[in-house]
Amino acid sequence: MVELFHQLASGLALGGVYAITALALVMIFQATQLVNFAQGEMAMFSTYIAWWLMQNGWDYWQAFGVTVVFSFVGGVVIERVVVRPFAQAPVLASVIVFIGLSFIFNALAGFFFGYSVQSFDTPFDGRPWFGNKFMSAHESGSVVVSLVVLALVFAFFRFTPLGLAMRAAAQNPASARLVGVRVGWMLALGWGLAAAIGAVAGMMAAPIVYLDPNMMGGILLYAFAGAVLGGIDNPWGAVFGGFTVGIAENLLGAYVVGEEVKLSVALIIIIGVLVAKPSGLFGRRIVARV
Amino acid sequence: MSAILAARGLKAFYGQIEALHGVDFEVEEGGVTALLGANGAGKTTTLRAISAMIRREGNLEFRGKRMTARAPEDVARLGVAHVPDGRGTFTDLTVEENLRLGAYVRRDRAAVKADFQRIFGYFPRLAERIHQQAGTLSGGEQQMLAISRALLLKPSLLLLDEPSFGLAPLVVAEIFRILRAINESEGVSILIVEQNANLALDLATRAYLLETGRVVVGGAASAIRADDSVRRAYLGY
Repeated sequence: MVELFHQLASGLALGGVYAITALALVMIFQATQLVNFAQGEMAMFSTYIAWWLMQNGWDYWQAFGVTVVFSFVGGVVIERVVVRPFAQAPVLASVIVFIGLSFIFNALAGFFFGYSVQSFDTPFDGRPWFGNKFMSAHESGSVVVSLVVLALVFAFFRFTPLGLAMRAAAQNPASARLVGVRVGWMLALGWGLAAAIGAVAGMMAAPIVYLDPNMMGGILLYAFAGAVLGGIDNPWGAVFGGFTVGIAENLLGAYVVGEEVKLSVALIIIIGVLVAKPSGLFGRRIVARV
Repeated sequence: MSAILAARGLKAFYGQIEALHGVDFEVEEGGVTALLGANGAGKTTTLRAISAMIRREGNLEFRGKRMTARAPEDVARLGVAHVPDGRGTFTDLTVEENLRLGAYVRRDRAAVKADFQRIFGYFPRLAERIHQQAGTLSGGEQQMLAISRALLLKPSLLLLDEPSFGLAPLVVAEIFRILRAINESEGVSILIVEQNANLALDLATRAYLLETGRVVVGGAASAIRADDSVRRAYLGY
């Protein structure tokens, strides 16, 4: 029984990481109907920046803050320079750009920081919180950080004029432009936010999965499974899906399929959802008149 | 007559295809100007060209200055509000959020708040449905919402694209009564596109008749209404 709770708890910790990564995917998807396959590698690269800063003697939270800001700016620049020119191109062109981006970041990380596996600090070390037997301090802290990120993102979209403008731009760009919203910049801002969220996800995941240029591959797959499960056009659904996948992955890995093949759980979820209920649990069914 | 907007040889394009072949017209300052014509005459295209939603050529003067804005968001920031065809409702957002978007470019918060109240005076039904998702409103209510959203920009020129489209006659009458009130009490100049010529000529002080991307006749609304041959040939009543 203790073992079961332990598996549940660590599923929750990685689930938080999946949830915010899924949220970043959904944000871009809502605005562009595209899945950013480079989301994971961008997050990995951001995590290396934080690691490098800390190697050079920076305090954790300073490195954390600078990395988030750097990732935000990086996301905006990538949208403006690399993604924007393909806005009118066929979907496949954008998909190939995203895949290309992910290879580029993977290679850059290897080039600058090497391919060997590094350990990554956590600010939440020491004794488990509140005498919690089932979760390490980092796992508790990472769940809290994920929840804080989720709360901030939702508050931003719900309560600020800029957040409202971003939702309007995603929903009805033509109409948004007619009320004066600079839709192009809203997309860039969305990329910036997604990159910043990804950076947080990477920094929360790295102490658990260790830092190497391929660390986000599995995480992106789980996040994608979470987003698909919850409904890729529904941010709440994505968050729910992310946590669910985190827990399911851990339980199935421990008791059913074993650690070695648990990544296939994500693939099974993706295929299962797409076959049985393509809109996900909370997504909207899109009906097209042909 | 002083003109708030004047078009000289205005051309507009969908991709490579020229849809407006050099039209001239003027929108009267403080008045209501109507663009009439059949389907495909270029009425909606003209509004889209003014708002820079499509590529345009020729000269467009707004308040005596050449309008150089190249993007719809810049035209909106000049004080030109556009109620597009199809109403442009943000269907997943609430009525309140739709209205807040109308005032997105404004920084005078207190005045925006007062404008909300004034608009609820015109359209009390929007106040009742303020927290409702805009997509669940009836067609008439969505048209009211679109007009209100445009008014919250505090425009000096209001472009209306077929406000009567798809609505019941009683609702249309109500909306046109309110449009007249808005024009009279707010001093907003209006350029309105309508297929329902009778309705538009009632509201308008000036009118232009478009046919396949060209202006065939223009002048005082009363003169156009009185001209039997124009009426029979182009307005069909």
